Amino acid sequence: MPEPVSSAAPPAAPAQAEIAIEVSGLTKSFGDRVVVRDLSMQVKRGSIYGFLGPNGSGKTTTIRMLCGLLTPDSGTGTCLGFDILTESDKIKRRVGYMTQRFSLYQDLSVRENLEFVARLYAVPHPRDAARDMIRRLGLVGREGQLAGELSGGWKQRLALGACTLPGPELLLLDEPTAGVDPKARRDFWTQIHDLAAEGLTVLVSTHYMDEAERCHEIAYIAYGNLLVHGTVEAVIAKSKLTTYTVTGPDLHHLAVALAGKPGVDMVAPFGTSLHISGRDLAALEASIAPYRNQRGLIWQHGAPSLEDVFIELMGRTPDNFQ
Amino acid sequence: MSAAQTDRRDRAASGVLWRTWAMLVKEFIQLRRDRVSLAMIVVLPVMQLLLFGYAINTTPHHMPAAVLLQEDTDLGRSVVKAMENTAFFDFIYLVKTEDEFDDLLQSGKVLFGVEIPRGFERGVRRGDQPAILVAADATDPVAASSALAALAQLAQTALAHDLNAGEPAVPPFEVRTHARYNPAASSRLNIVPGLVGAILTMTMLIFTALSVTREVERGTMESLLSMPITPVEIMLGKIIPYVMVGFVQASLIVGIGVTLFGVPILGNLFLLAGLSTLFIGANLAIGYTFSTIAQNQLQALQMSMMFFLPNILLSGFMFPFAGMPRWAQWVGECLPLTHYIRIVRAILLKGSTLHNMRYDAVGLVVLMLIAMTIAVSRFRRTLD
Repeated sequence: MPEPVSSAAPPAAPAQAEIAIEVSGLTKSFGDRVVVRDLSMQVKRGSIYGFLGPNGSGKTTTIRMLCGLLTPDSGTGTCLGFDILTESDKIKRRVGYMTQRFSLYQDLSVRENLEFVARLYAVPHPRDAARDMIRRLGLVGREGQLAGELSGGWKQRLALGACTLPGPELLLLDEPTAGVDPKARRDFWTQIHDLAAEGLTVLVSTHYMDEAERCHEIAYIAYGNLLVHGTVEAVIAKSKLTTYTVTGPDLHHLAVALAGKPGVDMVAPFGTSLHISGRDLAALEASIAPYRNQRGLIWQHGAPSLEDVFIELMGRTPDNFQ
Repeated sequence: MSAAQTDRRDRAASGVLWRTWAMLVKEFIQLRRDRVSLAMIVVLPVMQLLLFGYAINTTPHHMPAAVLLQEDTDLGRSVVKAMENTAFFDFIYLVKTEDEFDDLLQSGKVLFGVEIPRGFERGVRRGDQPAILVAADATDPVAASSALAALAQLAQTALAHDLNAGEPAVPPFEVRTHARYNPAASSRLNIVPGLVGAILTMTMLIFTALSVTREVERGTMESLLSMPITPVEIMLGKIIPYVMVGFVQASLIVGIGVTLFGVPILGNLFLLAGLSTLFIGANLAIGYTFSTIAQNQLQALQMSMMFFLPNILLSGFMFPFAGMPRWAQWVGECLPLTHYIRIVRAILLKGSTLHNMRYDAVGLVVLMLIAMTIAVSRFRRTLD
């Protein structure tokens, strides 16, 4: 589809067609609570961009501002080359938004839901479009079933199908895999990669670290602030975090003893092991020295996982809910 | 947990109390947060009391009346004056021709018309016992009957002063009453057409009041708003199916009214259908407005109830409109049901035309446009 270039776009914009989302300084507050603060980001066309952050960090609000469901208090930006403030009608026609909560009609059948979406977007031959999508989703034989009666995984698959049916250029997926079993999650991500390979841009918010690692780029947002972004490797490298993994008996005592010591920024139990991380390597090593030779403990020096990085980031960010 | 505590929980009797208490405390907290329910608790009884106490009157006085004076004489005016003194009639129109006289009754602007015939004074003085004609709009038999009963005494006393004759042995003139439109004073004829309006109001309100709140409650509104559809399109798409539902209901009620209860159809059914569309549209738009204000389906239902109640009481559906005080009549004029009930009754029972009903038709159009404007402007395109 040829991309109409907005006349208001700055002439210096580098390779307009390569950028799907570009926003700067987005701010949104509800009452006196700032939910998104001065957020800037750029998403390349055809990439999968992961949006991470704790609950209530402003992920959903940001996504809603991108597709015109919320008006930012300040800030500017374009989505698919259209101004998010003034051209939300054009954006809506080109974006598929999958809400956090299942938002198809529970009392319509699979086919009826898809036909409804097809008609809303004025897709030619809505019945055929719906039938094709049913085949592609593997829902043949279930097209007459009410959407509300489908299992969690199938609901989510149907919702994605409804989003992609009108042929959008950008998908905004808000925690699409919450409450879905691991197998369905894996299938879902395979589909996302297929769609991206076809040229679709996907912005997806998630809590799952394994999903974050499947994204081309990620951004971490906490309490309204975008803290870090880039590829997974870049984010880990930028954190300058050193992590020691300890296994052995009585890790709980060790965790209590180490928490708050100089250089120890984070102590987190992971099953039978304990992750101890810090940005100041010298101070960290000084603090753990007395325990290094404790009997039964096995210490391992390693690169931090993405989860370590995020938990540490989260610990550093002041909560704005107080 | 101490042993004593566990003990207490195991004892059945106090357990019942504790659990009931827990439930009760929770209910009170929830009730306190639900503003609309709280308002209902107070507003509903207060509104009912005030309306029944101040607005409703089953033996209405001061009903609008017209007089057709075919001769302008002292005796004629005395009769009109005597009628006014009964406090049942307010002569608000003085007309010169039969046509004007009929139009006033046909359109419902007056409930009574009094005709003082030419030669009335001469007839009285000659002892001919001339007749004055009192035409009553008896579509509402309750409103008409007490006034008509009062007229029976009138002939005896009205002219006593003018004729200086004390109590005459024979009344000097005759009052000939004519209960138009519903000569048998059958209350069914009044109720059935009114019911069309009352039932349409209730179902149309509830259907649409729930329509938007249901989308919000089930979370489908968010994805609907993210799709390329405008508020007007959403509203039209939601309202039009119910216009058809409204037509089915109206046909059902009129059909049963005609076949089982002998309600006549004297006017034009197409005119009725056209005006019904306006009425249905107005109610749907009002329901839709509630739907955009209410936060959940319960609130939407409660708002519909609070709107429905004055509609039933003040529209002339249950109690005579003319019997209400001025302020209540003004409130009534703002309700679509008031205008529609006049229209249905007039078209079915009186055979009225659009020309007769122009005032109420315009009223319906205005109310519908106001409601639709509010509904569309209340609808938020965003989730802000």
